[in-house]
Amino acid sequence: MQVTRRQALGLSAGAMAFVALGPGLKAARADEAATQKMLMDFTGGKEPASGKITLTAPEIAENGNTVPITVAVESEMTDASYVESVTVLAEGNPNPEVATFHFSPLSGEATATTRMRLAKTQNVVAVAKMSDGSVFMDKKQVKVTIGGCGG
Amino acid sequence: MAAPKPRVKVPKSASAGEVITIKTLISHKMESGQRKDKDGKVIPREIINKFTCEFNGKPVFSCDVEPAISANPYFEFSAKVMESGTFKFAWVDDNGETYTHEQAIEVK
Amino acid sequence: MLSRKLILTAAAAIAATGMAVSAAWAEPVDEDLVIDGEKKMVTRTKAPEGHPFDEVMSGWLFRTPETRQLEEDSFSNPGMLYVERGEEIWNTVEGEAGKSCASCHGDASKTMAGVGASYPKWDAQAKRPINIELQIDKCRTGAMKAEPYKFDAADQKALTTFIKYQSLGQPMHVDLSQGDLQSWWEKGKDLYYTRTGQLNLSCASCHEENNGQYIRADHLSQGNVNGFPTYRLKQANMVSLHNRFRGCIRDTRASFPAAFSDDLMALEVYVTWRGTGLSIETPAVRQ
Repeated sequence: MQVTRRQALGLSAGAMAFVALGPGLKAARADEAATQKMLMDFTGGKEPASGKITLTAPEIAENGNTVPITVAVESEMTDASYVESVTVLAEGNPNPEVATFHFSPLSGEATATTRMRLAKTQNVVAVAKMSDGSVFMDKKQVKVTIGGCGG
Repeated sequence: MAAPKPRVKVPKSASAGEVITIKTLISHKMESGQRKDKDGKVIPREIINKFTCEFNGKPVFSCDVEPAISANPYFEFSAKVMESGTFKFAWVDDNGETYTHEQAIEVK
Repeated sequence: MLSRKLILTAAAAIAATGMAVSAAWAEPVDEDLVIDGEKKMVTRTKAPEGHPFDEVMSGWLFRTPETRQLEEDSFSNPGMLYVERGEEIWNTVEGEAGKSCASCHGDASKTMAGVGASYPKWDAQAKRPINIELQIDKCRTGAMKAEPYKFDAADQKALTTFIKYQSLGQPMHVDLSQGDLQSWWEKGKDLYYTRTGQLNLSCASCHEENNGQYIRADHLSQGNVNGFPTYRLKQANMVSLHNRFRGCIRDTRASFPAAFSDDLMALEVYVTWRGTGLSIETPAVRQ
């Protein structure tokens, strides 16, 4: 059977290749458990509600080494009511902890952008702790792709 | 390797009560402690572990940094300015060094 | 034509890893690259005479929105850290002659403007093409009486980035009428179309015949070099052109030529020509 080079590259090289968990399902549960524990440590045992906080992350990260993320929390940011801190956790990384941002009324807005490393396709979680003790969270899945060639 | 250099972008002026955006970047390998060298030995962790921003001596924003933050760490955040003054930025390195940068702003 | 055996082996290998395999193609984006809201880059332009394409395109057009954004703001672009480092080196005295680059070349923003866009050039002394890295070494060993840089030394990459940055936005071109550059262009063209390695791929296999397709999850570009040295997210560092050449050839599972060897210099001449007219984007941001 003669297959042209073009067809072969289409067949074998393929398109979106995502890292599959496969036999690592057990490992995934352990990562989730570790992340959940860190989350609870941060909130002081409180289960976070959804809403108020938005985590922005790309759906597909072109490279897991440098993934831009933004957290934004709705808040008046006055002395009476403000966002104390936001922690970011990566469920599938060797260590789930990514960063904890500390805000103050002088922040004006509770928003922060940074760039993070993702070891593989996974959920990124952002949890906000408000000055009145309430906690909120947002979660996004980021697909981390395997590159092609070169360098 | 040259000493880590900070780059900071702060508007030169603003109106009182305005919320401005500050962007910061510093050159740093952020060695995570996960990598191994050619002989299979773990390369020790060496990262920026904390970033702080103060305005006229008061804390505005800070970040506890973990190895999951990318090399050449980038932080972008907001600040509400009420009067003229100086922003002081500091990056704390695992190796005990602290890198600092200052930037003034005129607030009308 | 790839043999049936090779395709089946490759397909089986990929199936065994449990990854989804399907052919995919995506348009490079139809967007303008404007840096800091003011400097408009040429990312698409009419191909030079004799080029296999009608239009040549910058690799920027093939990247994800997040990657493209990093290059649009010169403050966010991590490559600019290396431009600044390069400027420091430019002003630092090195070597027994007690000179810095600035001693002879003064203000780089004036003296180096356009220089990075016009290399490689013909080196009449060495009777071969010369690129920015080799030109730096020529100055170091000659006028400065300093040691040449080891290939891919951090300082070499930073200084090359700084020099090429002085040509940001200028059209990349190579003057093939200089010396014997034309015959090196021929040699480079030959190499571009020669298959190598266990995977039996040439530069053309990916960058000419399949740009726009995905190889695993990389969106293949035309393989133009207007952004080099580039800030690669993978390395979170500057990557030089010869490093990239060697990496690609290594990944075809061939033995790869030494940096600045005759083969790679010829390839640099030819591949630079293939992107004639594209704006220098150094430091470009790529995956």
